Amino acid sequence: MYENDSTDEKSWITPFNVVAGLIVVIGLVITILRFTGGLATVTNLSDYNPWGIWIGFDLLVGVALAAGGYVTSAAVYIFGMKRYHSAVRPAILTGFLGYALVVLALHYDVGRPWRLPYPFIVQQGTTSVLFEVAACVALYLAVLFIEFSPAAMEWLGIKRARNLVDKLTLLLTILGVVLSTMHQSSLGALFLIAPSKLHPLWYSPFLPIYFFITSIIAGLSMVILESTLSYRYLKHKMDEVYLKEKNDVTLGFGKAASFVLAGYFIIKFFGLSSGNDWRYLGTGYGIWYLVELFGFVALPCVLYAVGVREKNLVLIKWTSVLAVLGIVVNRFNVCLIAFNWHLPSSERYVPHWLEIGISIFIVTLGILAFRFIVTRMPILYTHTDYKDSH
Amino acid sequence: MDNVFYTLHDFFFHTESITYLLIVPVLVGITLFWKFLAEKEDE
Amino acid sequence: MSISRRKFLGWVGAAGLSTVWSGPASAATTKHFEGYPDSLGVLFDNLLCIGCRTCEEACNKVNELPPPEQSFKDLSVLDQKRRTTAKTYTIVNRYNSSKGPMFRKIQCNHCLEPACASACFVSAFKKTKEGAVTYDASVCVGCRYCMIACPFEIPAYEYDKVLEPRIMKCTMCYPRVIKGLLPGCVEICPTEALSFGKRKDLIRMARDRIHRYPDRYVDHIYGEHEMGGTNWLYLSGVPYTEVDMREDLGVTPASELTAGALSSVPMIVGLWPVLLTGIYAINKRSDKIAKHERELAVDQAEKAASEEAAKSKAKEDS
Repeated sequence: MYENDSTDEKSWITPFNVVAGLIVVIGLVITILRFTGGLATVTNLSDYNPWGIWIGFDLLVGVALAAGGYVTSAAVYIFGMKRYHSAVRPAILTGFLGYALVVLALHYDVGRPWRLPYPFIVQQGTTSVLFEVAACVALYLAVLFIEFSPAAMEWLGIKRARNLVDKLTLLLTILGVVLSTMHQSSLGALFLIAPSKLHPLWYSPFLPIYFFITSIIAGLSMVILESTLSYRYLKHKMDEVYLKEKNDVTLGFGKAASFVLAGYFIIKFFGLSSGNDWRYLGTGYGIWYLVELFGFVALPCVLYAVGVREKNLVLIKWTSVLAVLGIVVNRFNVCLIAFNWHLPSSERYVPHWLEIGISIFIVTLGILAFRFIVTRMPILYTHTDYKDSH
Repeated sequence: MDNVFYTLHDFFFHTESITYLLIVPVLVGITLFWKFLAEKEDE
Repeated sequence: MSISRRKFLGWVGAAGLSTVWSGPASAATTKHFEGYPDSLGVLFDNLLCIGCRTCEEACNKVNELPPPEQSFKDLSVLDQKRRTTAKTYTIVNRYNSSKGPMFRKIQCNHCLEPACASACFVSAFKKTKEGAVTYDASVCVGCRYCMIACPFEIPAYEYDKVLEPRIMKCTMCYPRVIKGLLPGCVEICPTEALSFGKRKDLIRMARDRIHRYPDRYVDHIYGEHEMGGTNWLYLSGVPYTEVDMREDLGVTPASELTAGALSSVPMIVGLWPVLLTGIYAINKRSDKIAKHERELAVDQAEKAASEEAAKSKAKEDS
């Protein structure tokens, strides 16, 4: 019923398309540079700084922000919050695209991307935290693909396979939560091996738990943010059920995010206390740590709470932006800013603009893919054939 | 049995490898066991 | 009995788990590992080093590395704070210490429990029984996690290579050592600042030097315990921090740092499905009860309504 309007009514030349097109062209040029000149031509990576923003942003932030898929499907299918059902498909789609783009970004970052399957098929480095991350990300990408596939199959009219996958919902959801718990936390565990390089305020044996809990915050906040942006730009694709549940989702997820942020704030303090790191708080890094803790954890926690109590949807939506920024700040701190803090400033890493170019290119690809799919497949509305299925 | 682990790394490599091998049958097994448990109720 | 036993072993084999029983036993029940008993190492004594850079040159030659930017004869580079790179496995730096100029040789320390090996997700690094930590470029994906993990900041990467970038680091001249030759740097050293031998002998030798010249040496063999111990050992006339060697690395082997996190994996796999399915089942059950109660309430309401109707009808009739 919505199939044709976007292509027929408007011209393709919109400001958004022009900017996105430009970014894609620039991104392709940098891609050619990367794969003909090597990492040295497009990155500022060095022997001291082997990981830059392609890991710090594309991998660490990317995976955290794609957590909406497991958080939402767990809320609806396991915790029985059926009133958020309309939020599941957009969250799964965001998650699926997020993980797909993480894997794409890794092809730029690793030295020999055609060998990415090696840890599974050639030699298993089972003692490596990265092995676990790689295995879980690969498996979870497959799970997300299957979880997303019913939308595509409804669009294509493949009914039997669609119904088969639908029966697997609970199994896939639980598997998704298991895999997400493992790799979201393991991304933090990656840094456990380098206590001599990461600033003591950020280094903690609780890093895996911090990363897992923040992934829940990221997932909840991304669902709010994504639904806000979709409403703004893709409203015509939404059905009555989605529109009716939308504000409930914002309020409910805002409430959950606020409470999880409170828990995270508490465990961060226990972490400080158990590491006896108080003395660092007076230093420059300490002030930056407090900015992260109060500006990007405590503040969104309070703002979400006020927004939920006063049913102020606008406040909740803006807070979701702050919370998502907080995830970016946290991952950058662990991976880039507080990492190698012992080195003189001349040896520290600052991203090359071409690295930033690739990251923007990949995010743009994600937005374009999201729009392409949402304007075609039943994501924000229920397909007419399956109106009564839930 | 004449092999001995000389390093912690080798020991972990051995135990972790077995853990990963076990995970697959464990996940399948627990799923089937739940089906066995819940089967009668659903009818 | 025997049949069931055979059956059981058959299942075990089918599950691919026979390794559990036939695999190597741990060296000690307390799970304390001492490393390969006769592994080899090098002792560097900075009181004997004169900063001639011939070890750098020999290393370059035996490992067939690209020619250096500045000649090995040029000693002015000693004052720069250089590190190992993709083109140099070892370098010597000069530091102005409390006892005058002091040299430090940097190369892979060949840890007893290598962080790089623990971090590598394709097991490209191997701790050999000879002591060397070797690297196999033929499986390397190029994730560079080993560089993140190495506490001594040794592995370097060929960022400028497009198709076959490799991690580059000292091999303790493993190919030479297994042929019975000395590592290139040790062989060339004109002052015996470098001694090659069994690690345990080197430790005894170092202790002996400290014992004989307690005024000259710092009472600490660097590498004996750092990060679980290394096959490359150091003696120094000044505190190690004065020659830019970190004394805050601790003695915990790298593999132990991530062991806790990794051991939580099977716990999640084992318990999350139980917990989550349990929550699901509780919700399903309360849904069912709610539905049942709703039906009951509707039934009662209907019943009451019909009784009411019947009563009022009866009244009307009478």
